[in-house]
Amino acid sequence: MAEETLVRPLPQAAARPAQRNRWGERALQINAFFAYFFLYAPIAILVIFSFSNSSFAGVWGGFTFDWYIRLFQNARLMEALRNSVYVALISTTLATMIGTLVALGMERFRFKGRTSLDAVLYLPIVIPDIVMAVMLLLFFSTALQLINGMFGTAMRMNLTTVIIAHVAFNISFVAVVVRASLKSFDWRMEEAAQDLGANEWATFRRITLPLILPGIVGGALLGFTLSLDDYVIAAFTTGPGFSTLPIEVFSRVRRSITPEINAISTIMLLASVLLVVASQIFQSRQHR
Amino acid sequence: MARTIAVELASVTKRFGDVTAVDNTSLQLYDGEFFSLLGPSGCGKTTILRMLAGFEYPTSGSITIHGREMGHTPPYKRPVNTVFQSYALFPHMTVEQNVAFGLEMKNAPKAEIKTRVVEALEMVRLGEYGNRRPRQLSGGQQQRVALARALVNQPEVLLLDEPLAALDEKLRKEMQLELKGLQERLGITFLFVTHDQEEALTMSDRIGVMNRGHILQVGNPIEIYERPTSRFVADFIGETNFVSGTVCELHGNIAAINTAAGQTLRGLAQQGVQVGQPVTISIRPEKVFLTPISNGTPPTPPSKHMNAMPVQVERINYIGSDTRIIVRLHDGNTFDVWESNTRSTLDRDEYWQPGEAALLSWPEENALVLTE
Ligand SMILES: Nc1ncnc2c1ncn2[C@@H]1O[C@H](COP(=O)(O)OP(=O)(O)OP(=O)(O)O)[C@@H](O)[C@H]1O
Ligand SMILES: [Mg+2]
Repeated sequence: MAEETLVRPLPQAAARPAQRNRWGERALQINAFFAYFFLYAPIAILVIFSFSNSSFAGVWGGFTFDWYIRLFQNARLMEALRNSVYVALISTTLATMIGTLVALGMERFRFKGRTSLDAVLYLPIVIPDIVMAVMLLLFFSTALQLINGMFGTAMRMNLTTVIIAHVAFNISFVAVVVRASLKSFDWRMEEAAQDLGANEWATFRRITLPLILPGIVGGALLGFTLSLDDYVIAAFTTGPGFSTLPIEVFSRVRRSITPEINAISTIMLLASVLLVVASQIFQSRQHR
Repeated sequence: MARTIAVELASVTKRFGDVTAVDNTSLQLYDGEFFSLLGPSGCGKTTILRMLAGFEYPTSGSITIHGREMGHTPPYKRPVNTVFQSYALFPHMTVEQNVAFGLEMKNAPKAEIKTRVVEALEMVRLGEYGNRRPRQLSGGQQQRVALARALVNQPEVLLLDEPLAALDEKLRKEMQLELKGLQERLGITFLFVTHDQEEALTMSDRIGVMNRGHILQVGNPIEIYERPTSRFVADFIGETNFVSGTVCELHGNIAAINTAAGQTLRGLAQQGVQVGQPVTISIRPEKVFLTPISNGTPPTPPSKHMNAMPVQVERINYIGSDTRIIVRLHDGNTFDVWESNTRSTLDRDEYWQPGEAALLSWPEENALVLTE
């Protein structure tokens, strides 16, 4: 057999137009600068002032770790953090499983009413949070009333209702992200696996799942972040005595912005950056 | 020679909604043969393959492999493997892992998997590529991985759906030989789908020509080319000239036909041809003679078993091995004539000129009388 190129040649970079529009390019550079500036300047200020030794959030008073130490000693904030992580973990896990199955079902089968189901699936993404929150509040209070009336119980809204609410909107986000990754999934891979003797389960576990895992992880990460972030829906669907971190932070900010808030925000920021980096590393390992 | 039947399709029909992809088709494949399904796009070749692999189930009829009724057996329980046109290699696995996949699914012992994977990769001459990812390989190499991945399972039948269509001309020719060599060496039954007639003629022991969900004719390459039984097969395989007319006489297997232009031509009649029947005569362009008519010489056929008609040379296309001449008949139709360039014809003055009068003739057994 003739010599073959072992590695496919990279596509050649598209030739640039000979005449460049210098002013256009300048404008784009300036635009990029401002975009990054507006994105990252507030973050930088937040992080810097979380180390400021002054009880006013916007005044620099020398370097200190005090706010972080205080933070960890603040029982209410810590409990709110624990609640948030608990809600996010459980709701993300459930929403990822359900959302992935929904996405697989919708991409794999062409069935009657698929288009309308499509629209319904996108609904929680497009309707405003506040509408969703009111809807869920109404739903939970009616449902609880009914149940309490029937069984003589005295159940009230608590973190479980928040979890259910978060699952409800996260399913849509996960399903949308997973569907996007399924669009590039070659279904003939599944036929090839079955042809080689893999039953449905082995096909899913060995072929489909590994190939769409980056999409699933992406969806889960988005869901986790959205759940950690959510104030409106959590505030409407939780009961008295059960605060998530955004609820707790918001109730403090209403009194005054303390550097403690800066500190906890910095920690949340760090956590989400780590999550994103972790998922990136994970995804790049998939297709090593 | 009594041959074992590897695959049998009995009156198989497959409908997708109101599209009939395969229509009441029967077919037998013998053990160890290289069988090609050949036909135009959309004629149902892939559908037959997919029914054998178990990705589709027949609407009616039965499929048996070595006597076992396949019914609704799922793909992973069938003794066949497929080489897909798109290769369908698993991108998240190395070449070795791809090839090992089938054996792992059968829970073969680890040591056995290892040796068989190495053997399979050696067989397709990719021994050193085991640790590569599929996308680090060229198209031809990926194709060979797909082949190794299927063959390592020692299937009773290997199904190949246009496996060479994505390769360039030169590589395709090499792979054709390689594939054929491999099939002869392993003795596995190959069912090979293609719409490239040359590919089918080169590689196959037998060919089934399909059109619109039907298998029109099954035979070895020579039978298919030399004795097509229908107008479609004659037209689809190679090139041919058609002249239509009505049967006026029958002498054994030779039929005389009156053409619309009022000539009488003779040709080999297939079974069942009857006097008075409208027919088509198929004459291959390389099976005729073209002789110059010198001024005044009356056109006489060289022998009484020759058909002959005066024509006018219209165009001459020199293509190296052949010269393809288009001549015009008296009824206004054109006719293709291929002359083999056995002698050097550098001196074009001695050769055909447009507008020249000539005599077109052919032995009667070179013309086939077809009813459909
Ligand atoms: N899943 C399907 N749903 C509906 N129609 C189908 C399906 N699969 C095949 N068909 C139809 O059945 C007919 C035969 O298709 P098939 O793929 O078998 O053709 P083919 O001979 O392999 O063609 P090609 O050479 O283009 O691959 C076509 O008309 C096709 O549109
Ligand atoms: Mg096809």
